[in-house]
Amino acid sequence: MPSLILCFDVAMEKTSRRKFIASGGAAAAAIGLPLAATRSGGVAAAGQPGRAASAGGGAMKGHGGGAAGPTFRKGQIVDHAANGFNPTDLLRDFDMGRTSRMASGRTLREWEVVAADKEVEVAPGIKYPAWTFNGRVPGPTLRAREGELLRIRFVNGSAHPHTMHFHGIHRAEMDGVPGVGPGLIQPGDSFVYEFDAEPFGLHLYHCHAGPLAEHIARGMYGTYIVDPKQGREDADELMMMMNGFNTNFDAEGNQVYAVNTVAFHHVNEPVRVRRGELVRIYLTNILELDPINSFHLHANFFDFYPTGTRLEPTELTDTIAMVQGQRGILEVRFPSTGMFMFHAHKTEFAELGWMGFFEVV
Amino acid sequence: MDGLLRGRLIEATTQPQPQVEPPTPGRLPAWALGAIPLALIAVALVALLTVGGDTLGERVGPPVEEIAVERTVLRPGEIELSVRNTGPDPVTVSQAFVNDAYADYSTTGNQVGRGGTETFTLDYPWQADSPYLVTLVSETGATTEHEIPVAVETPTASGGFYGLMALLGVYVGIIPVVLGMLFLPLLRQVREHWIRFFMAVTIGLLAFLGVDAYLEGTEIAESGTGAFGGAELLFIGAGAAYLGLVALDRFLRARRDRASAAGTSAFQLSLLVAIGIGLHNLGEGLAIGSAYAIGELALGAFLVFGFALQNTSEGLAIVAPLSAQRRPSLLRLASLGMIAGVPAILGAFIGASVNNPELAALLIGIGIGAIVQVIVQLVPTIRDGAGRALYPTSVAGIFVGAALLYSTGLLINA
Repeated sequence: MPSLILCFDVAMEKTSRRKFIASGGAAAAAIGLPLAATRSGGVAAAGQPGRAASAGGGAMKGHGGGAAGPTFRKGQIVDHAANGFNPTDLLRDFDMGRTSRMASGRTLREWEVVAADKEVEVAPGIKYPAWTFNGRVPGPTLRAREGELLRIRFVNGSAHPHTMHFHGIHRAEMDGVPGVGPGLIQPGDSFVYEFDAEPFGLHLYHCHAGPLAEHIARGMYGTYIVDPKQGREDADELMMMMNGFNTNFDAEGNQVYAVNTVAFHHVNEPVRVRRGELVRIYLTNILELDPINSFHLHANFFDFYPTGTRLEPTELTDTIAMVQGQRGILEVRFPSTGMFMFHAHKTEFAELGWMGFFEVV
Repeated sequence: MDGLLRGRLIEATTQPQPQVEPPTPGRLPAWALGAIPLALIAVALVALLTVGGDTLGERVGPPVEEIAVERTVLRPGEIELSVRNTGPDPVTVSQAFVNDAYADYSTTGNQVGRGGTETFTLDYPWQADSPYLVTLVSETGATTEHEIPVAVETPTASGGFYGLMALLGVYVGIIPVVLGMLFLPLLRQVREHWIRFFMAVTIGLLAFLGVDAYLEGTEIAESGTGAFGGAELLFIGAGAAYLGLVALDRFLRARRDRASAAGTSAFQLSLLVAIGIGLHNLGEGLAIGSAYAIGELALGAFLVFGFALQNTSEGLAIVAPLSAQRRPSLLRLASLGMIAGVPAILGAFIGASVNNPELAALLIGIGIGAIVQVIVQLVPTIRDGAGRALYPTSVAGIFVGAALLYSTGLLINA
């Protein structure tokens, strides 16, 4: 049976290449046909012409290759439909949960998060056996307001024991580590983590089951945002988690690096923002195996708010470094339109997939 | 049961046993007796292939993804890899990166079938004289690394290239061998125990060449993909060459006996030595050619000088059996020199254009087998009056021969 699938894959591959050659690069990108049909899941993607057409990204189709820089094999993209998520959508997908007012007048905010084992195509043609929260990597971006009571019902639908460990201030039994409070949540079990939304800022959550490096590397992490009581200035807000995948499991660095999982995704689909509008990036480094990650923005400078726990920026810069678990808020206004690259200023990571573009319109 | 057996036994012993069973009518001819089991074996194999595999169930564990790069061709801005699947399952290559940077590539098909090959041409601006590590990533995320120790543009098989290889072959093969043969007049003057000494020197030379070739051949064989085997190719080549030369020797000896032409045996021995050395020089040319192809050959005075010095002793070995002869004709001498030297040119061609470790191992193995056979041939020529092969003079000769090659070999490495 597996060989049948493989044959099918190859058949699709050949088909798409022929079509690509026949229709010519630019025309093909415009109609989105070969991109949708690149992988076996292309059948599903072809049913969504709008998605497929936007995937081309038009202008960026020709980036990379030879001296023009790193690229995956030309004309190939990840099958987002089979993955169940498109990283472009994850950027602005803030999960506010369900709110209700308690007798005290305080807001109660609730989520349900389900752990599931799932294969994710992290680069065109490369499938990674991930462990996920809510079937996506990174998991849902949980967003609350300072002072609220939060309840996260965690259901373990995975074949492995897991926990949810939040960065934030909470009681020991809500820390989501083995041996404390409920400890490991076994497959099929569930638990409700409950704590106050504090302090305001940008945080994260991840599984803390052992071996810890593997549970994180497999994709069990997400962003957790606590907005200050008074709120922040209106902005076009984006969530980015810098991550990577050790696809050969040799525990010696990663083969694929990215923001929000799919490598080189924002080369194919640039992050579209408006000129002059405030852009706020909630940036977290969760990269496993490599000690330091970084973020560099071309031709523009941003205000940096470490951990987002103060309302005054500490620095105006274009490059910041982060260890695993470190995070901060970036605020930038692009004064002019155009394509502006952003990538890890560890160029090895950049050339292995952690590279993208802002398209300022 | 007991009675039955006994009855049969009695029957068998009492009845006269025919020595040869008479041919019964309807008995099958011999070819059919061979064809029937062959056909049954074929049917059984097909059955096992189609049905038998299923009876064992699915393999436990993930698919085995084993691919290896067989050949690397470097062109400006391009790295072309010929990849062979050396494992039991088909492998789908999904992406490739060079020195930790993903690169675009073209190929006719991503999937490399079991035992099959596929070519991947990477679009990468490599720089001359730099090392590169190419990594192929399969659909499961497994990686296969291929090291390019030093990037040098792969020579294309043009006229100039063949000319250069021919020149190299002449330098390391023909010229030194012919130079060594110039010792013949000297050998004809010296006394018999000196001849035996020179023959012992030749044995020492050849023994050292054989050991050296074996060590190098093992290294080359291990650098291959293993799809067609490794070090055993050396032994296959050596066995084939040894037995082939023994057969040739017997054939020539039988002809000589029929012709009863006394005195040709010395020339025949020379011929066998020349053939053996020629097969060895094929392997030597191969090593030079492939080193040139990957830019590892330090072309220069030392290479030519070192090989010339070393292979001069090979010429000595060829003419040594002729010392007690009537003056051999120049044509015969020249042809001996060509037999020993020309294969170096052929080897250089093959090495530089094919550059396949398995083929190199096989050819080097052939050279080793030839050397062993020649040593066996030469042993009678060093026997002294008492029929001993090892005595102070011969031992000294063997040692001198080995030392000569060892020291001249140092020059080549330098």
